[in-house]
Amino acid sequence: MSAPYAKLPAWVDYGLIPLINLVVAFAVAGLVVLAVGESPVRAASLLIQGAFGYGEGIGFTLYYATNFIFTGLAVAVAFHCGLFNIGGEGQAYVAGLGVALPVLWLDQIMPWYVVFPVAIAGSAIAGAAWAFIPGWLQAKRGSHVVITTIMFNFIASSLMVYVLVDVLKPAGSMAPQTRPFADGGQLPRLDWLLSSFGLDIGNAPFNLSFLLALLAAFVVWVVIWRTKLGYEIRTMGHSPRAARYAGIREDRIIIITMLMSGGLAGMMALNPIMGDQHQMQLDFVTGAGFVGIAVALMGRSHPVGIIPAAILFGMLYQGGAEISFEMPQISRDMITIIQGLVILFAGALENMFRPAITTFFATLGTARSADSAPAAE
Amino acid sequence: MNDIAIELKGINKSFGLVQANKNINLTVRKGTIHGIIGENGAGKSTLMSILYGFYQADRGDIFIDGRKTVIKDPNAAIASGIGMVHQHFMLVENFTVLENVMLGAEESQILTAGISKARNELRRLEEEYELEVNPDAIIEELPVGLQQRVEILKALYRGAEILILDEPTGVLTPAEADHLFRILEQLKAEGKTILLITHKLREIMAVTDEVSVMRRGEMVATRPTAETSVEELAELMVGRRVLLRVDKGPASPGEVALSVEGLTVRDSRGVDMVKDVSFDVRAGEIVGIAGVAGNGQSELLQAITGIRRGVKGRVLLQGEPIQVTGEADPAELRRRGMAHVPEDRQHMGLVLKFDESENSILGYHGDPKYLNGVLLNTDAIRNDAIEKIEKYDIRPPNPRLKTANFSGGNQQKIVLAREIERDPAVLVIGQPTRGVDVGAIEFIHKRIIEMRDAGKAVLLVSVELDEIRSLADRVLVMFDGRIVGERSADATEGELGLLMAGVEDDREAAE
Repeated sequence: MSAPYAKLPAWVDYGLIPLINLVVAFAVAGLVVLAVGESPVRAASLLIQGAFGYGEGIGFTLYYATNFIFTGLAVAVAFHCGLFNIGGEGQAYVAGLGVALPVLWLDQIMPWYVVFPVAIAGSAIAGAAWAFIPGWLQAKRGSHVVITTIMFNFIASSLMVYVLVDVLKPAGSMAPQTRPFADGGQLPRLDWLLSSFGLDIGNAPFNLSFLLALLAAFVVWVVIWRTKLGYEIRTMGHSPRAARYAGIREDRIIIITMLMSGGLAGMMALNPIMGDQHQMQLDFVTGAGFVGIAVALMGRSHPVGIIPAAILFGMLYQGGAEISFEMPQISRDMITIIQGLVILFAGALENMFRPAITTFFATLGTARSADSAPAAE
Repeated sequence: MNDIAIELKGINKSFGLVQANKNINLTVRKGTIHGIIGENGAGKSTLMSILYGFYQADRGDIFIDGRKTVIKDPNAAIASGIGMVHQHFMLVENFTVLENVMLGAEESQILTAGISKARNELRRLEEEYELEVNPDAIIEELPVGLQQRVEILKALYRGAEILILDEPTGVLTPAEADHLFRILEQLKAEGKTILLITHKLREIMAVTDEVSVMRRGEMVATRPTAETSVEELAELMVGRRVLLRVDKGPASPGEVALSVEGLTVRDSRGVDMVKDVSFDVRAGEIVGIAGVAGNGQSELLQAITGIRRGVKGRVLLQGEPIQVTGEADPAELRRRGMAHVPEDRQHMGLVLKFDESENSILGYHGDPKYLNGVLLNTDAIRNDAIEKIEKYDIRPPNPRLKTANFSGGNQQKIVLAREIERDPAVLVIGQPTRGVDVGAIEFIHKRIIEMRDAGKAVLLVSVELDEIRSLADRVLVMFDGRIVGERSADATEGELGLLMAGVEDDREAAE
């Protein structure tokens, strides 16, 4: 039985529903804050003040957002092909090698604008390579990418500990990290961008990779919606049987999509390594790969949605740090809870309020069309 | 004495802006078979769902046996004596008949007492209505005709006085359908009331006492069946005169365009679904493959069109072999002049979430005329789509509309336009009018005949025997993976029906 269903206006679908989800997430988070004996209103104002209230805060927010744009795009590209790439974390982590190795080789002899393109290519290739194996296994052997990419996160984690501790750590150092990069391995900050709005960036590591992330978002849009490859990816994602019918090779498309997804996740490594720490440290990804899943869900796998969603999560990271600094009662873990609630309501429970809202708009519609008819009941 | 079983007064139901039922009035007399016909989307299923408690009417009243009744869910419907046999059976496949009949009516936590009661009751029902079926048979091992009988038994076991059947003959052979109609007559004789929903006019004429016609959410007419005709009902359904017979001249077959030799296709369970099938299709003729759904037609089509791999045999497309057992690629077959309108248009022939214009290039998206370097040439694609929309009268004429929002008939036109406009040498077409409204059927049939008259080879698979008989120049009947007989288009329905049911073909055996 195919019941016709009412289509919601676009502004409800893309504006109102995400907003309601967000408000509910914050309301529940407010209750959590209340439960530990702090004022939710003060926490909220600290969050917003900390993330957007001053130049340095904005700088940090956008720095985190840069990570999430890359990983969000990575997850989104895979979504379009019907693949759930949970391995962004591991792909970004391994891609650190793709950044660090060329930089360690070139940073003392070349300026940053020569090193940067090499590092971009290195990060994308390393991330793609790490995603290739699960992609190949899915395409040729039917091993589910959800399982294999999770496994590969753990393998990546162990591999990178080994590489940092036993291979890249300079002799005599106690810290599992590479040597600090020279000038050639440091990306310029975008302080000029914020100062043109009269904001002082302070110490925030807001850097050139942000513009690369925006460029990547545009390229993803073009590839997915405006190329033959994107058409084939979307056909696969919506209906593998239609893809088979259309002569689209499933294995080829799965592998290409996973390469693109891994490459995008990999480019995330540029931001912390070349843009902030100027060396590769242990665990530099700090969960950005997983946040990317929430960002892609919230942004409806569309670059135009992913950028604001990434900024929202950047705000939660930066503002959350501010809250835990100002309110000793609220630890960093509490911030993770709030982030979790946003993911829960915006991502996992994305459709929780949809039926009610659909009914509401449907009744509005009928009320309008039934104006002339005599009212029953 | 009240002789009205069901009376609906002023039923209205909307889904958002779509008004599925407008002010429906319907009176069904007790002890009759009442047919409800209408095109897809006319609101038949919605109305029946309201009667069975799946939906609530926005306005309007339901009277059962003269009493105003509120049916808030299917349990309330069952309590009011209404039973429903769904188009897609609601049976637990690995349960026995008895277990399925009991399901939801077990009466206590310990099943022993319920089982013996159900067994006795089932025996009584079987004797009373000639509904023979072994209560201990496992559902998935029964043919569909018997599965449907179990659905009817389920309803009767729950004390149904009113039985709703939603498109009951879609999956049956003509013989099984005839048996079903005999059962319905028997039920009627016992005083049960039957509501028969169908889009097959012939069935309406054959078994109903009265018939109501729905169009676009409205009840447009109710007629005593004896006083109406197929032509009048078709006109009422569509709202204009419809040509039911297809005008077609004699075929003038030319060279063999598609040749299948000893093709065997195995499914994922390792069962041979197509067994050593051979036939030719010549340019300028339509070869129809008749058969009850599930006898290998789907697998045959998919193997020929490169979607599914065969295990043995050869297929020649215009004399050149197709790698049916190896690397046959649908994209390559398209380039070689084979067009394919698949049986399952919603999941294979179209991507429902795509815009109309995106679907109008599916499979041909590698054609340079749709590309601009590596980019899609969206202008060219849209203009091409608009051209096809005009030529095939696809409604609404909006290439940007999501394909899911088109009706079944218009979706099928999108597929046909895409495949036919490539001017293929061979057109392979499965279930061309399944789920398509009467008005569009006429259009689609005309196009297929035009293809033939233009000297194309057409291979047609359909489970609608009427369709095969009116379109095909030669009819092949498939049963259990084999072609069990070939007949000319003027073979009688009874003759084809016997072949479809697997009854041994004497003439063929004698040869």
